[in-house]
Amino acid sequence: MSTASVPLPNWITYGLIPLLNLALAFLISGLVVWSIGENPFEALRLLVDGALGRGDAIGFTLFYTTSFIFTGLSVAVAFHAGLFNIGAEGQAYLGGLGAALVALALDHYVPWYVTMPFAIIGAALFGAAWAFIPAWLQASRGSHVVITTIMFNFIGAALMVYLLVNVLIVPGNMAPETRTFLEGGQLPKLDWLMALFGLKLGPAPFNVSFLIALVMAFLVWVLIWRTKLGYEMRTLGISPTAAVYAGIPYSRTVIIAMLISGGLAGMMALNPVMGSSARLQVEFVGGAGFVGIAVSLMGRSHPVGIVIAALLFGILYQGGADLSFEMPNITREMIVVIQGLVILFAGALEYMFRPAIVHLYLRLKRA
Amino acid sequence: MDYFDTLVSILGSTIRLSIPLLFTALAGLFSERAGVFDIGLEGKMLAAAFASACVAYLTGNPWLGLLGGIAISIVFSLVHGFAAITNRGNQIVSGVALNFVAAGLTLVLGQAWFSQGGRTPQLAGEARFQPITLPFADALREVPFLGPLYANVISGNNILTYLAFAAVPISWWVLFRTRFGLRLRAVGENPGAVDTAGISVTWLRYRAVIVAGFLCGFAGAYLAIAQSAAFIKDMSAGKGYIALAALIFAKWKPVPVMFACLLFGFLDAMANFMQGKSVPGIGEVPVQIFQALPYVLTCILLAGFIGIAHPPKAGGVPYTKER
Amino acid sequence: MSPHPAIELVGIDKSFGAVHANKNINLKVEKGTIHGIIGENGAGKSTLMSIIYGFYQADRGEIRVDGKPLTIKDSQAAIAAGIGMVHQHFMLVENFTVLENVMLGAEGGQLLAKGVTGARKELKRLETDYGLDVDPDAVIEDLPVGKQQRVEILKALYRSADILILDEPTGVLTPAEADHLFKVLRVLRDQGKTVILITHKLREIMAITDEVSVMRRGEMVATRKTAETTVEELAELMVGRRVLLRVEKGEANPGKVLLSVKNLTVKDSRGVTMVDNVSFDVREGEIVGIAGVAGNGQSELLEAIAGIRKPVSGEILLDGQPIAGADPARLRALGLAHIPEDRHHMGLVLKFEEYENAVLGYHRDARYGTGPFLDLKAIQADAVEKIEKYDIRPPNPRLKTANFSGGNQQKIVVAREIERDPKALIIGQPTRGVDIGAIEFIHRRIVEMRDAGKAILLVSVELDEIRSLSDRILVMFAGKVVGEKTADAGEQTLGLMMAGIAA
Repeated sequence: MSTASVPLPNWITYGLIPLLNLALAFLISGLVVWSIGENPFEALRLLVDGALGRGDAIGFTLFYTTSFIFTGLSVAVAFHAGLFNIGAEGQAYLGGLGAALVALALDHYVPWYVTMPFAIIGAALFGAAWAFIPAWLQASRGSHVVITTIMFNFIGAALMVYLLVNVLIVPGNMAPETRTFLEGGQLPKLDWLMALFGLKLGPAPFNVSFLIALVMAFLVWVLIWRTKLGYEMRTLGISPTAAVYAGIPYSRTVIIAMLISGGLAGMMALNPVMGSSARLQVEFVGGAGFVGIAVSLMGRSHPVGIVIAALLFGILYQGGADLSFEMPNITREMIVVIQGLVILFAGALEYMFRPAIVHLYLRLKRA
Repeated sequence: MDYFDTLVSILGSTIRLSIPLLFTALAGLFSERAGVFDIGLEGKMLAAAFASACVAYLTGNPWLGLLGGIAISIVFSLVHGFAAITNRGNQIVSGVALNFVAAGLTLVLGQAWFSQGGRTPQLAGEARFQPITLPFADALREVPFLGPLYANVISGNNILTYLAFAAVPISWWVLFRTRFGLRLRAVGENPGAVDTAGISVTWLRYRAVIVAGFLCGFAGAYLAIAQSAAFIKDMSAGKGYIALAALIFAKWKPVPVMFACLLFGFLDAMANFMQGKSVPGIGEVPVQIFQALPYVLTCILLAGFIGIAHPPKAGGVPYTKER
Repeated sequence: MSPHPAIELVGIDKSFGAVHANKNINLKVEKGTIHGIIGENGAGKSTLMSIIYGFYQADRGEIRVDGKPLTIKDSQAAIAAGIGMVHQHFMLVENFTVLENVMLGAEGGQLLAKGVTGARKELKRLETDYGLDVDPDAVIEDLPVGKQQRVEILKALYRSADILILDEPTGVLTPAEADHLFKVLRVLRDQGKTVILITHKLREIMAITDEVSVMRRGEMVATRKTAETTVEELAELMVGRRVLLRVEKGEANPGKVLLSVKNLTVKDSRGVTMVDNVSFDVREGEIVGIAGVAGNGQSELLEAIAGIRKPVSGEILLDGQPIAGADPARLRALGLAHIPEDRHHMGLVLKFEEYENAVLGYHRDARYGTGPFLDLKAIQADAVEKIEKYDIRPPNPRLKTANFSGGNQQKIVVAREIERDPKALIIGQPTRGVDIGAIEFIHRRIVEMRDAGKAILLVSVELDEIRSLSDRILVMFAGKVVGEKTADAGEQTLGLMMAGIAA
């Protein structure tokens, strides 16, 4: 008999097992580092130091964290409704268009705090719109949303390159990007927040979108566990037949869940586009949509878990960048490897240790 | 420029661009027909490209390079199998993970070993697969129409190109004319039927993903040591996903897979060709249209406008014996 | 007769976690006989057969085939030992042809071409020997269910099985198909094959078996020669102590018609007509029971009334309002409650905490929250109230629903649907997999609902349950209502009607 039906206490399911999975991912990453002739412990020290050692390092770490919170929430919301949205990358890309259009339209006339709500709405709307067709195909044709969102990532990338090269580019300029937003179209940095902790932000682009991300995390928690819609999404995600019995409309719920998911992914664009570079650039998303998958899996689709996991990946991204300066042998892409291993062990192999732990647990309980 | 010459040149590059798609889509065909979804085709191709470039560089032998690519690709397949078959993990998640591992690891190792920014060293001529001139290609070149087609499209490709086209009927034959193929198709539709017939579902699915790894090895080797002369950062550039689209577009059937790959290869060739050119009456056609078309077409198919695509019934579902 | 039994089980024991599915089972099946194994749902029959077929391993005990002890570690070993199995849910590849399905696992070589000719010849032979005719080139999904089952039998015979196990084979068959199956089984026996027939239908046992073994709660309680036993004895052995399902209830006082079904036709997902032009009324203050062998359209009828399955044609009226095709949410709002047949997949979300399930389907109700929000306090208070009233154990609304026993899970569903004070209540298999105590409790609630003037439609495959609860009984057979009887109709009469024999 399999061990799948043996219940384990929560501290094992939500604490020990994810930690073991994570530890294994890092162990293998350490082996990779060791195999190319570097000391993994030294690398880890450099990484942590590079991510948390100074005020500006923390600022960069939190900047990345912000993006990952958005995309992690995006993946998680869809996941609760039983949908696997791999399209956060493309939805965020399009979200950037929405944010940029708002910023370009308003930055001459109003201060940032007037632009911001419109930019949030613009980013969310464009991201949601990009999730709509896959959502509709899933709802009405049963086409797997995994496949269609992948396709829409590529279609979105082609569309954005076209727009940036041919439409949004500053005439006479070579770089495919919009003009730089004026202050009215930028999200201010959070140096005051850092100052509260006695830290100096320096050049790090840690900005107001971090606060927006935290608000969204709270709103997602409310949505999933405190609203009727969230209840319906969870019912559909766990048991589609029970959802039919309960009169929960399949198409509507799927489409709304995907629109919210796309909207959250779209809002991610606020952070790099309006909070950092102050213009829309090609490939500004830089894989954050995919990191969202890892973050959501590691955070067990719970907003608190997602914020923590996003912070971890923020540390990896910032620390990894720093590490590649200190140890030129280790390129930045090492974090992509770690990210892949985390997804592998925390996601696809999440139950690998379970049988062994069940045996151990039962034996300890008997003893 | 002569229209016919243009056509010949576009067809030639269509063939070249289709080959990695074709190997990869056939790989996906074996895996998905056995009920194991494989988003990780891209990663396997990339890892194989890197491995074959490394081995070819070290040994100077393209065949050993190919073998190295196949070996690494199969290792990735086995990890996918371990997650998806043995541990009954989520197949999509596993595929996504392996794509990241491949994307990262090729660069980390490439930089650590060769210090060329993730590139592998340029391969000398004999370390690559060279174009093969078919018999009479030069003699027939002057024959109107067919001559240039034969000499420039059909002849002059490397051995992997011909193997790719040979792989299509072979795949068909294996899937529909052998015991292995019958069982493989059965396990993708109803693993219970296979299990109760006394056949191991696990071993069968492992063999299917190994075949997928094998074929992705060819795709990677083609990229790195036939089409190019080195591994370059992210050189698979989404081809694994286009192959996946082609597989869906072809409704999981081998011969249509070939045509879908040729179509998508043609669109890619058009994108290159149209760069900076303008069409009379329309003006400049953005290349992005050609880049997006494979995906747009596949989505239109999925929307039900070009027939209905039935994926293998047990696809993506881990097999559990318990009832 | 050969000296050894075809198959002999000695001390077979099997547990799944805390569930002791098979306890020290001993069984002898003689060669060339049809041996019935009968027992209620959950008695352990299927587990036992899965052990023989190598699907599960026994924890203890021995299997002897033709006198030789065997370890059957997988299906392959079972096939090699000459054992074939026809599963309740067919193990067929639906987009394969009959020939491909038969050959799967016994292809006769690496290349299919080699085996095909031989397979065709063998199928031909089996057709003439046993009267099992199926077009070898037909695709499974185009075949009717009866023919699909024939393919399953052919698969076993093609692998030269001497012992054929059939698990609830008639559940999915029309009576004509079932008759044909029995004919085939007799031919098989007469040609020297051994047949093990698992069923919970007494009539089938009496009709076709030579010997019968009775299982009850994981134990083998008796084996009898069929000719020397009676339906009554077997029934008693199956149930154990004679459970009196008499429910205390007074005369019904039916009022006006509340639920009315007119000329309703419903198809299942395969497009097969399952409910065929059915009409009936349910009045206030009465329980109308629908009796029938499982698979005769009762499930589809319930689903159509509950708004889960769109009817093809016909009308459904609730208190005079047409409701055919309305969605379940609207039906609830109109006062139609539904206790579904399958609580695991429909009535409950097993991963939810108890209180979350206590509002499933009613979660949009104003008393459980305002606007878009859920009022968890109100929901939990409501759940606690129901837990107390229905004695749901353990009394913990925060416990995961999967951790409640079957009876308590069913009480969660019953409480939710009844406490809404609906006008009409439709109920499917209210006590399937539920312990005796909970059965009595649930039955009492249903009768109370009737006495409170509700219209109740009850579907159950347990004839006893139908007879003890209903005020009127409709019998469904092959998608049609074949007759109506009063509550005091005899079991014999109803049984015959359920078998489609007399009206």
